[in-house]
Amino acid sequence: MNKPTAFDEMSLGDGSVRSVYNQVDKWLKDTPLERMDLKRREADTIFRRLGITFSVYTEGGDPERLIPFDIIPRVFGAEEWKRLSEGAIQRVKAINAFIRDIYHDQEILRAGKVPADQVLRNEQFRPEMRGLEVPRDIYAHIVGIDMVRTGENEFYVLEDNARTPSGVAYMLENREVMMRLFPELFAGQRIAPVDTYATELLRTLSSVAPPHCQDPTIAVLTPGIYNSAFFEHAFLAEGMGVELVEGQDLFVEDSRVFMRTPAGPKRVDVLYRRLDDDFLDPLTFRPDSALGVPGLFSAYRAGNVNIANAVGSGISDDKSIYIYMPEIIRFYLGEEPILNNVPTYSCRKPDDLKYVLDHLDQLVVKEVHGSGGYGMLIGPTSTKEQRDEFAKRIKATPHVYIAQPTLALSTCPTYVAQGIAPRHVDLRPFVLSGTQVRLVPGGLTRVALPEGSLVVNSSQGGGTKDTWVLEG
Amino acid sequence: MLSRTADSLYWMGRYIERAENNARILDVAHRMSLLPSLTGEHRSEWQSAITISGGEQHFAEHYGTPNETNAVYYMTLDRDNSSSIYSCLRAARENCRAIRHAVPTEVWEAVNTTWFDMRDMTQNRLLSRGAQQFYDWVKERSSLFRGVTVGTMLQDESFHFARLGTFLERGDNTARILDVKFHILLPQGEQIGGSLDYYQWTALLRSVSALRNYRRVFGSEVVPSLVATLLILVDAMPRSLHHCQGEIVAHLDALGAAYGKRHECHRLAGETHARLRFGKIEHIFNVGLHEYLTDYVERNAQLGLEIADNFLLTR
Repeated sequence: MNKPTAFDEMSLGDGSVRSVYNQVDKWLKDTPLERMDLKRREADTIFRRLGITFSVYTEGGDPERLIPFDIIPRVFGAEEWKRLSEGAIQRVKAINAFIRDIYHDQEILRAGKVPADQVLRNEQFRPEMRGLEVPRDIYAHIVGIDMVRTGENEFYVLEDNARTPSGVAYMLENREVMMRLFPELFAGQRIAPVDTYATELLRTLSSVAPPHCQDPTIAVLTPGIYNSAFFEHAFLAEGMGVELVEGQDLFVEDSRVFMRTPAGPKRVDVLYRRLDDDFLDPLTFRPDSALGVPGLFSAYRAGNVNIANAVGSGISDDKSIYIYMPEIIRFYLGEEPILNNVPTYSCRKPDDLKYVLDHLDQLVVKEVHGSGGYGMLIGPTSTKEQRDEFAKRIKATPHVYIAQPTLALSTCPTYVAQGIAPRHVDLRPFVLSGTQVRLVPGGLTRVALPEGSLVVNSSQGGGTKDTWVLEG
Repeated sequence: MLSRTADSLYWMGRYIERAENNARILDVAHRMSLLPSLTGEHRSEWQSAITISGGEQHFAEHYGTPNETNAVYYMTLDRDNSSSIYSCLRAARENCRAIRHAVPTEVWEAVNTTWFDMRDMTQNRLLSRGAQQFYDWVKERSSLFRGVTVGTMLQDESFHFARLGTFLERGDNTARILDVKFHILLPQGEQIGGSLDYYQWTALLRSVSALRNYRRVFGSEVVPSLVATLLILVDAMPRSLHHCQGEIVAHLDALGAAYGKRHECHRLAGETHARLRFGKIEHIFNVGLHEYLTDYVERNAQLGLEIADNFLLTR
């Protein structure tokens, strides 16, 4: 098959450079490689010292790894960013309308836009949420949208993350480190700041406190220090100036939630939880969960505490629902989607299944409920044995697989062992929904470091980059 | 603040101090082992180091008879010893990691960097650098921790909990060192004399950074009862029981005022403080130094339990 040529975000191929990269280009030309290498090592030291590590427990060795940080920033111009953020906001508005509908009148199911069994028999559907009212009708307060670029004006959404999306701390720390390493780069142009994120998040969470609250007490609920994203939980709690709590720090009395403090119990009004639904409350969900808070759901039901994101939000970001996102946007907003969905084959449909099995070498096959890049097949880079093996798995349980064509992900100049070379990237901006829906100008850019690789997941050798939005 | 945060701050303070105390205990054992011995061996130095650290039984089960090599390994690098310097620095770092949002970056960086250096330490590297140098490094890192704690932390409840841990641990350690060393250096009824004794007493004073202080307070002649006086009753001596207890009371008082509530820990700490404040060394020797110090260590342990009950493990 023909390997599609990727769109490079800096170089146009004829030797010229896209204008938003002018300054970066000049900087790369002016900076000797040795200095780059020195700076890269300096960046590692800073990350390690600040404890910005990522835990990977599936392999031996150092359980606290650094995610490789690439010192060459990725740049968006004001115009392209505007379009991209409008698309992201549109999507999140639709997601919230969808979740509310699913737990109330289910109009979209009755209209036949989304098959009812895909929703009602989905593991992410929480019957406990039926009829429950949440402040401002917002369910997905924080959404991370994974998108890729394939051309000057083509953006595709790969996935919506409406449960507990992570990575925003890297967005913030990457900027911090870049500013420490290369202050001169920031002096020469107007790069939109991202450090307002924590304030925006706090504002968002305060705005969805239970109605009775005057001055809400907010806390971040973490599974604990062994969670791979713990650093981020602590980082956000610090940034907002709120407590970072574990389940054991909370208790419920008279359907109200309290923190244990040396001065006595303190009432909690909003929990920004970084814990999956299943683990939130052993009395309602998994009884073996030691991470949650017994009775939390009853307090939530009683409207005495709000939980962000809402219980049951996962129904909107499931890979099997993803297929219907364009319909969902049209249905609730009456608008055409600004961002593209990737054409998706659903192996539960016999026609799609046949197509997928016949074109395995051209497709990316994923598990519907999988995440983190595990359990997927990248057709074009796979071996015959891998494809045969995967074909067996797909035939055995077709309903758990979807497949998508491999997109020619855009590339950005990246500092690698051989020097500076193009590597594929994706983008996860973070959208906040409170009184307004908005996002800070930036996001997490992940980069696949091995040559030709399309897998950007940090658990699979991906790195990150600082993401710049130039002010117009 | 969360009770768990208070707990982590408190234990972070305790573990860093415990690591330093281990280094001090080993330092004095090392110094004493350099002195000529009547029997030609120095088992008792290493035995007493293990005894002071409270690991006698665990050590006997895993290593048998103490000598320099196994005692040093046990108290520095042994991961199975929860009180080894390695384990203390790891525990301090884990506690700090859990509350890094509640402390200044400098505190976290000090604790985190210390742990990464410790983690990379091997027995070969430790010995090739010289054990003494390693002990100095531990003391330096502990000093750095104290410096950033006092110099950068907001002096609110979080500070009081961290400092409570430091002084509870330190008081406990001084009492243990004094108890074991007095027992070895001055068995019941024996008189002091000879140059060997002099070196041993000065080594003991050195181990708690008190030699120069002793001379400034009492002059150059080292007298055992004055050594005990300095390390138990002299408030101006930063590692004395009196001083540690004074700090504990001050931090507990500050917490009591902040929360508008006093507990059993306040009473207990105040009572121990009053005994030290108004105590006389003659009375202590009349009771028996060993009995007195054992009682102090027990009261200190009880105080730890009360603090946990009143602040750290609350409903």
